[in-house]
Amino acid sequence: MLETETMTQPRTSISPVVPAIEFRDVELAFDDRVILDGINFTVRRGETKIVLGGSGSGKSTIIKLILGLLRADAGTILVDGEDITNADEQELTEMRKKIGMVFQEGALFDSLSVYDNVAYRLAEEGIDDDEIEHEVIRMLRFVDLEDAIDKMPIELSGGMRRRVGIARALVGSPSMVLFDEPTAGLDPPTARTICELAIKLRDLEGVSSIFVTHEMNNLRYLSSEYAIVDGEGRVFFEEEGDKLCLINTKVMMIKQGDIIFDGTDEELKLSNDPYIHRFITGR
Amino acid sequence: MNSLSRFLVELQDISFLFWRMLRGLRKQPRYFDEMIRQMDSIGVGSLAIVSLTGFFTGSVLILQAYPTLEYYGAQSSAGQSVAITLIRELGPVLCALMVAGRVGSAISAELGSMVVSQQIDAMRALGTSPARKLVTPRVIALVVTLPLLTVAADVFGLIGGGIIARYLYALDANTYITSLRAGITIQDIIGGIIKPIVFGFIIGLISCHKGLTTQGGTVGVGKSTTDAVVLSSITVIIADFFLSKVLQGFFGNTLF
Ligand SMILES: Nc1ncnc2c1ncn2[C@@H]1O[C@H](COP(=O)(O)OP(=O)(O)OP(=O)(O)O)[C@@H](O)[C@H]1O
Ligand SMILES: [Mg+2]
Repeated sequence: MLETETMTQPRTSISPVVPAIEFRDVELAFDDRVILDGINFTVRRGETKIVLGGSGSGKSTIIKLILGLLRADAGTILVDGEDITNADEQELTEMRKKIGMVFQEGALFDSLSVYDNVAYRLAEEGIDDDEIEHEVIRMLRFVDLEDAIDKMPIELSGGMRRRVGIARALVGSPSMVLFDEPTAGLDPPTARTICELAIKLRDLEGVSSIFVTHEMNNLRYLSSEYAIVDGEGRVFFEEEGDKLCLINTKVMMIKQGDIIFDGTDEELKLSNDPYIHRFITGR
Repeated sequence: MNSLSRFLVELQDISFLFWRMLRGLRKQPRYFDEMIRQMDSIGVGSLAIVSLTGFFTGSVLILQAYPTLEYYGAQSSAGQSVAITLIRELGPVLCALMVAGRVGSAISAELGSMVVSQQIDAMRALGTSPARKLVTPRVIALVVTLPLLTVAADVFGLIGGGIIARYLYALDANTYITSLRAGITIQDIIGGIIKPIVFGFIIGLISCHKGLTTQGGTVGVGKSTTDAVVLSSITVIIADFFLSKVLQGFFGNTLF
């Protein structure tokens, strides 16, 4: 249902050697509880990093650190090669323009309509109304919610809210997108649609992203399928099969403030760590 | 943390908020629409309760003062007695307390629920400063409307006093009005306007601060709402004393 839409705006081009996101020995504690205990990882440009981890393991916290919504106690966080650890609110605001964020709970502005929610970022930037309208409708079509354009968030179901949240995050074509459990609590076809969206962003737009999830089928979709466009602009999804050609998707697993795994999905399946094994098989 | 250092930290946070709000005024976008909307909901929305408060306060002032004035044979200064108490003290303070109860609680509840449902985070993630988008319009709206509301309360208070004097104590209406006009000085009026401006800042900043620092889910929203009303009411009353002292210093202590 989303085949016809592809995004055409150019993205900011920065040298591909600079990682999109880099964490160096980042530590964070709430009161006395250590949440992140010196973690290191990088998300390369154009790469999708799937983040796994039990409830409360600190996944959302990592995402909030990237946006500067929380401050690390120690360590360095680089976004597009820029150190944001000590950036002030104004520098952070500039940095956030490059990033789209899909919140775990949606976090829609409940005093604004769906249209105004999606238009928010563009309206704040003072872009003129016609252009905003065009972009908002395009984004809502992208998440298949054109009909809900005049609704208030309170009138939407959980899955619809999540998709409006996605549309809001993707408006303005950010070069980086952070998904915090975007498929939790959704029916399998909708969840699949959201994964396809992430795949399209990765393969057709070159967007770097972090995709937090608990669900193993999300992991399977993202790490084994890729999107291609045919001559008429239609998008298809293909299985990588035995070719193992998907090199821009990595998996990372967090447990009690530490990264216990960071690599490809094939390596994850071969891991003999009992915790990882239980996590991916459920037993 | 002991309570003194907690108080100091809070004071520092509020000062920062004040500073960010002032900076927000200087920069684009300025959110005028939001400001007008807030003025409407704060100002127009509070007019009825504030007028009612003013009316009955003026009435009760005369009700209590008249017998004493009569005892000393000073019935003719009845108007003056209401005017001074009302315009100098009760008008601004009662009006601020009513607004703190009605608007302060609404502001901190609204911002508090936005914090809890991550809307503030979302706003920041989308590149907007909550201080500029949410705090500045609300504080400015309070600073603009509170003096106007105070004037309304004063006027209704004087009318209420007049009605009681005329119909309960059969005081000649002309005597009341003459004594009113003799009693109100320009200093009183200026003081009566300066006070609500300061109170507007106090209520706005405290309520926004309490709302934005909400912690701990829906229960936290309730707590920050209560805190906002209690803290801004107390601060208004304390500030009123010091402001009165300062204004006396400026204008001299005009006698009855
Ligand atoms: N503001 C806060 N104050 C205190 N502790 C917090 C706060 N926010 C998060 N935590 C704690 O930090 C830990 C990590 O939280 P986080 O939200 O990152 O988990 P998560 O991995 O996203 O979990 P889930 O999968 O359930 O969303 C949790 O144990 C939580 O209790
Ligand atoms: Mg989470």
